[in-house]
Amino acid sequence: MIDSALMIAILVSAMRTATPLILAALGELVVEKAGCVNLGVEGMMLVGAVTGFAVGLTTGNFALAFMVGALAGAGFSLIYGVLVLVFQVNQYAAGLALTILGGGASAFWGQTWQGRNMRGLQPVELPVLSELPVIGVMFTRLDVVVYMALAATVIVGLILTRTRVGLILRAVGENHDSAHALGFSVVKVRFAAIAFGGAFAGMGGAYLSCVMTPLWIEGMTAGRGWIAVALVVFATWKPARLVLGAWLFGLVSVMQIHGQGLGLAVPSHVLAMLPYLVTILVLVLISRDATRIRLNAPGCLGKPFRPTA
Amino acid sequence: MRLRLVPRLKPSPVALYGAPVLAIALTVTFGFFLFLGIGRDPWAALYAYFIAPVNSAFGLSEWLLAALPLALIGLGLAVGFRANIWNIGAEGQLVLGAIGGGAVALALWREDVPGTFVLVCVAGALAGMAWAAIPALLRTKFNANEILTSLMLIYVADQLLGWLVHGALRNPQGFGFPESRLFSPEAVMPLLWPGTRLHIGWLALPVAALAVWFLMNHMVAGFRLRVGGDAANAATYAGFSRSRMVWLSFLLTGGLAGLVGAMEVAGPVGQLLPKISPGYGFAAIIVAFLGRLNPVGVVLAAHLLALILIGGENVQMLGVPVAVAQLFQGVLLVTLLASDVLVRYRVVRVGRLGERARG
Repeated sequence: MIDSALMIAILVSAMRTATPLILAALGELVVEKAGCVNLGVEGMMLVGAVTGFAVGLTTGNFALAFMVGALAGAGFSLIYGVLVLVFQVNQYAAGLALTILGGGASAFWGQTWQGRNMRGLQPVELPVLSELPVIGVMFTRLDVVVYMALAATVIVGLILTRTRVGLILRAVGENHDSAHALGFSVVKVRFAAIAFGGAFAGMGGAYLSCVMTPLWIEGMTAGRGWIAVALVVFATWKPARLVLGAWLFGLVSVMQIHGQGLGLAVPSHVLAMLPYLVTILVLVLISRDATRIRLNAPGCLGKPFRPTA
Repeated sequence: MRLRLVPRLKPSPVALYGAPVLAIALTVTFGFFLFLGIGRDPWAALYAYFIAPVNSAFGLSEWLLAALPLALIGLGLAVGFRANIWNIGAEGQLVLGAIGGGAVALALWREDVPGTFVLVCVAGALAGMAWAAIPALLRTKFNANEILTSLMLIYVADQLLGWLVHGALRNPQGFGFPESRLFSPEAVMPLLWPGTRLHIGWLALPVAALAVWFLMNHMVAGFRLRVGGDAANAATYAGFSRSRMVWLSFLLTGGLAGLVGAMEVAGPVGQLLPKISPGYGFAAIIVAFLGRLNPVGVVLAAHLLALILIGGENVQMLGVPVAVAQLFQGVLLVTLLASDVLVRYRVVRVGRLGERARG
């Protein structure tokens, strides 16, 4: 029988593990809604992680660390933006380039920060929810970013469906030629969406290095950027489902840490495969239904745009 | 006055082959300023990076040895990329090749079978193909994105190798270190160049390059792949099976990457270790693009990327982080993709008034 303390510990670490995925995937969702697939999430997360860590360690200011991580991610994402929107480069190739460059740049400049650790972010106590029986204690152990990521999902969902900005963004992603004919600047909208995606990937990276571990290790994202891309497909481009997917991955990922506590007689290497295997599994389950993907994917996803006039 | 891109009627051959040269020049320039920026003498650092490692016979052999995996995987990737099929998981297929080849080498450890290394290579290629078959199957049967599935399988492969060298394939006399026994002499690749580490696996390079050239230029399957990439609708209309293209390119790359993995463990490494490849599978992506998806180009590009990898090891002596190699790879790919704009577009200067007239 699993005792409630262990269950709470598992849920808390699952929600923390899910947070960088939610942030990065939410950013990618917006980019894809605008019609671009950015496979550079892994690279942008690493850039955000190393810059956020450097600022967090030197200043001790988490808000500043997150802001710098976000700015670095956004700035870095503009390389992808310029390649795709100005130089008409294949989106997959440009994203891969960003991932390789981000991995290299972060490892190069991160060498100075390797092996140093900082004090993690303290959890906050939520007023009413922490009074709840059994699960209440969970709301005393989570940090503010966990809640902010969830709030951001709601806000992005509302902006996409209920506002003019969201409508323009979706129009650009669904049919860039029509949006262009209506007088919207496809290139400007996409640049903004790409920068937004970069900022959120950067924040996801900063959460990893400043809060979750909290230290900087070369290549520490370990495929989380790619899982974030897969999550967007899994969520069929809907923010609410994205959170569910991220929690699922969080749960699967923490099995490696809590496997022994749960009495699982599975080697840790095999448990470490689980998040990746589950990613493949859910991708297969979702993609099998080609009609659903076609109905939900933005119409111009991945297609190059050249203004006709 | 501003600049504008005007599509060309035909791709420019000058730009097609000029773009890699431009990208290399830009990357080296970047390196110059990077070394200057971190307080090293840029000329000395560039010399240490690109010239010193290959300035001796042994250096030359190490260069060829490092270029071999890149060229073999790059040749396979070039075939897939031609048809817009994205196998990003060659690194994982390489690891499976190492596991498959290593398992055979360890199974025949005491058998004294002459030519065991051939079996090791075959097993490696088969294991790589089997691993590549997973994303191919998921793509063709379930429509799952091959980029994501093949990439996820890299991490699974790494954990699988880690598990085996910590457990089933660990050296029983190895004091618990996560590594296998040293392979028997029969399982080790015979040397091609005595006194160096260059082994006869190198002969696979010209064979594979010729085979890929023949496939792409003289076989119907190659023609189908090219049409599939250049004009997907035309390929569908002609009844070319997309599934067969996916299978062909994945099995080819998987087999080559698996062969590379087996030759690494049976060649310079000589045993199974938790980490086999310094990122050959990723660097080979750049090799394929830089080599213009063409066999001769891929072989040349593999030697450049090999130089970037071994140069990165060498400048560590100057206190430069070894990650500089991956940084250079990233810069090279970004500048290459940007330079490629000149292949399909002309850059035209347009004045404010003349824009409409000329555009």
